[in-house]
Amino acid sequence: MGEPPLTQKYMKELIHDLKASKLYTDLQNAAQVEVAKTHLRLSDVRKGVQTGLVNSGWDRKLRNAIFKYIQCHPKIPYPLPPADHMKEPLLYLRKAQQNWEKRILKSLNSMCTELNMPLARKRPEKEQRDIIHRWTELGTDGPDLTQIRPVYAPKDFLEVIIGLSNPNYHNGDAPGFHHLWGIVQVPLKVKSINKLRLQYSDMAINQGQSGIDDFGDIPPELFESDKMKIGKKVVNACHGPLAQEFSKKGCPTCLRATLWCQMLGVEIDEEDILYYEQLKVNVQQHDLLVDSLLYKDVKLTATNDDQYFVFEDFLYQVLLPFSRDTCVLKHFAQNSATPPKSYIRGKMGQEEYAVVYPPNGVIPFHGFAMYVAPLCYVFNEPVCLYYVFKELYCRYFFRLHSISSHPQGILAISLLFESLLQIHEPELYFHLKTVGCHPLKISFKWLVRAFSGYLSSDQVLLLWDRILAHSSLEILAVLAVAIFSFRKTNLMKVQSYNAAEAVLADLTTLQVIPLIQLSLFSK
Amino acid sequence: MARLKYACDMDKSVLLNNFEARGWIPVSQDDDWNFYWANVQSVRNIFSIDSGYRLTDDQIINHFPNHVELTRKDLMVKNIKRYRKDLDKEGNPLAEKDEFGRYIHLDFIPQTFMLPADYNLFVEEFRKNPNTTWIMKPCGKARGIGIFLVNKLSQLKKWSRDSKTSNFTPPTSKDTYVISKYIDNPLLIGGKKFDLRLYVLVTSFRPLKCYMFRLGFARFCTVKYNASVNELDNMFVHLTNVSIQKQGDEYNAVHGGKWTIQNLRLFLESTRGKDVTDKLFDEINWQTVHSLKAVSNVISNDRHCFECYGYDYIVDDNLKPWLIEVNASPSLTSTTSSDRIMKYKLMNDLINIVIQPGQMPDVRWNRIPSKDSLGNFDVLFDEELAQQDQVLQDSKKAGPGVRGFKDLRGRPSPATWK
Repeated sequence: MGEPPLTQKYMKELIHDLKASKLYTDLQNAAQVEVAKTHLRLSDVRKGVQTGLVNSGWDRKLRNAIFKYIQCHPKIPYPLPPADHMKEPLLYLRKAQQNWEKRILKSLNSMCTELNMPLARKRPEKEQRDIIHRWTELGTDGPDLTQIRPVYAPKDFLEVIIGLSNPNYHNGDAPGFHHLWGIVQVPLKVKSINKLRLQYSDMAINQGQSGIDDFGDIPPELFESDKMKIGKKVVNACHGPLAQEFSKKGCPTCLRATLWCQMLGVEIDEEDILYYEQLKVNVQQHDLLVDSLLYKDVKLTATNDDQYFVFEDFLYQVLLPFSRDTCVLKHFAQNSATPPKSYIRGKMGQEEYAVVYPPNGVIPFHGFAMYVAPLCYVFNEPVCLYYVFKELYCRYFFRLHSISSHPQGILAISLLFESLLQIHEPELYFHLKTVGCHPLKISFKWLVRAFSGYLSSDQVLLLWDRILAHSSLEILAVLAVAIFSFRKTNLMKVQSYNAAEAVLADLTTLQVIPLIQLSLFSK
Repeated sequence: MARLKYACDMDKSVLLNNFEARGWIPVSQDDDWNFYWANVQSVRNIFSIDSGYRLTDDQIINHFPNHVELTRKDLMVKNIKRYRKDLDKEGNPLAEKDEFGRYIHLDFIPQTFMLPADYNLFVEEFRKNPNTTWIMKPCGKARGIGIFLVNKLSQLKKWSRDSKTSNFTPPTSKDTYVISKYIDNPLLIGGKKFDLRLYVLVTSFRPLKCYMFRLGFARFCTVKYNASVNELDNMFVHLTNVSIQKQGDEYNAVHGGKWTIQNLRLFLESTRGKDVTDKLFDEINWQTVHSLKAVSNVISNDRHCFECYGYDYIVDDNLKPWLIEVNASPSLTSTTSSDRIMKYKLMNDLINIVIQPGQMPDVRWNRIPSKDSLGNFDVLFDEELAQQDQVLQDSKKAGPGVRGFKDLRGRPSPATWK
């Protein structure tokens, strides 16, 4: 096996990363404190310092940092592929993503010309003061948005996905017998129901679950009190993997904030607060066109949502700084997408004058704000809200709107949805297909938004508990299938796309955990 | 069985749809109705001595004759103050006070004075804390009409000069005001102020039988809360009444600034913890029961009456609820679609509690609805059942808590009035 050198390489990068972090100096300082302790003998300095660090909790912090690194950095395959293969190994998907990016950019640019708005401009002094003054109530008196329209919506993205096909794949003369059912025509490997059952075995019916057993009239001594007792212990242990294991059966509402932070390795220190303040200054100084897009998106989604309207002002406080955050660019190493570039006026095409636009490289689409909205129920403080969202986005949500062959990507999730539904509910699938309503055409928007804005707020959080706990977005497909199964009786009666959509229009009454159990474990 | 006949003073779809869905027959107010959803004026006429109206055993109506004891701001305050004093005299542990002389368990309405009657008392209190803001409300009006904030005595003097049109007539309820300490540390969510509107159904005051509707809501101001003195005149900041907020530019017709209690609970549990959230809702339930107990001896407990009250609470940033007022005719106009669904359920569940399912109204019924017909209501308190349980408990000297306190579990026992 040629593995060792590469593991070494991985280790090297990990250590390099750690050395550059604040934790390194903190650890060094802590070690010095240990060394200075009087009872330490010269003969066993090493051992003494090590146990000292363990006892003072520093070893947990180091472990958490390594855990976070491993979660965010995939193993390096052997032999080391070129950089763009790391982003996306399949050439035709890489091309498709590039074309899609070109289209988005073109649409953005044409909006610029049409409205005669610059991509970015420095704000005059007075306006800068005004922004800071209104920082906690940006929702009132926002910019004029009548001309602004979202760059794209999940529907547009679905069309691109339907159009994808592998040029090297030919399924014989009979036109499409193998993939005759679904609309995703890309042959990717997706998990079977049995594999998913194993993966989500913690959600089995015989296991107590937050989101079922702590609901309504069930007396707390049956489940809730114990869960809370253990939960408090887990939280006190401050250990990422432990929090993850615990959360596989859901997070108790009042521990969710802490558990999520632990799973995501988010720990706010002064440096983070300073950094956020810096981003705020960047917002204050420059007006970007994406700001208007973000504004428009919040106004179109959260402001009109009876669950999230309360948090409108929080959303701006997260989304606007997010668009300035160049740390987000790091995630493009794993993302099939590439941050769009813009050129300083008059220097078109000259690499040295290229800048990433927007600074974080993410162009928002219709519904983007809904990735943040449910978090407002959990984190009451904009800075914390910001870092949790950033981590969630850079780990999971970016995959839901870029074309890639990654098993967590929207392509694989959509395909998983189609294949599970075909196996689970062939009759239903066939019926809907016959009346001209491919199930994915309805469920795609749910998947892209990770169900945010479709389910009631508590249910979204219960669902996201499981995403974080299993580090996987596959649960989205499972839930979408479950919803179709659950509304099967009514769906079997529909004769048109609109009728099917009407049956599935309101999901706010659903209880997601029992539904997922139903579709995973009942057959 | 004969079909039930109903009369209705209000042309509200949530009412009429409910009646129609049950196959009830509309009749005029002067006919022999079984169920009358009346406005307060009609109720006053029916129960006035002059009308000579006698209700039969199969007639029920939606207001108690003198509900104003609870629903007029000045009378409610008067009754609660008296209730506290009575308990204090009895030496009831509930009337316990802290070192500042404040009631520990019964301090749930903001300090309030009647104007003009208590003017001197108010001035004395005002001088003690000159930097507090006070809110003036006319006693007999609703929906935020005539309300203004005061933080200087001169404002009050000006008001009293302006309102005195004639010195010969004694002040009527229309001219009397209550002035209450303004809750200037309200709990803010997303930077905005809100209050709670909860629906409470009372089917009897003696013994007290009351029910809390689970689907109440929080009403948000559209504008960010700002306690600064400059904003005292901006009522969009301070008043959450839909009828006020509706006039603002920022009013959103999709959700109408309303948030469900479930959402509020989720937010509070996540950000503040479960224990304090449970405590908040327990306290709200207790305050409601106390406010009803406070009037139970003065209300004329007519067997034909039931009433659905709109309870308004404000929560401060220590998660302490304050009872602001009680409305006798909570609005049944639907501002949004979820509002309509909620109010439809309210009416539906209410009817299931006041009339035994599938039967005619019967005032001789013991008013103990079956558990299935409670719908989205929870038993808040049922004095009769509580007493039965008490007897049972005394005989056994042990056993679980009072049945009436279904969702009041975990409350320390000295807080009960038994």
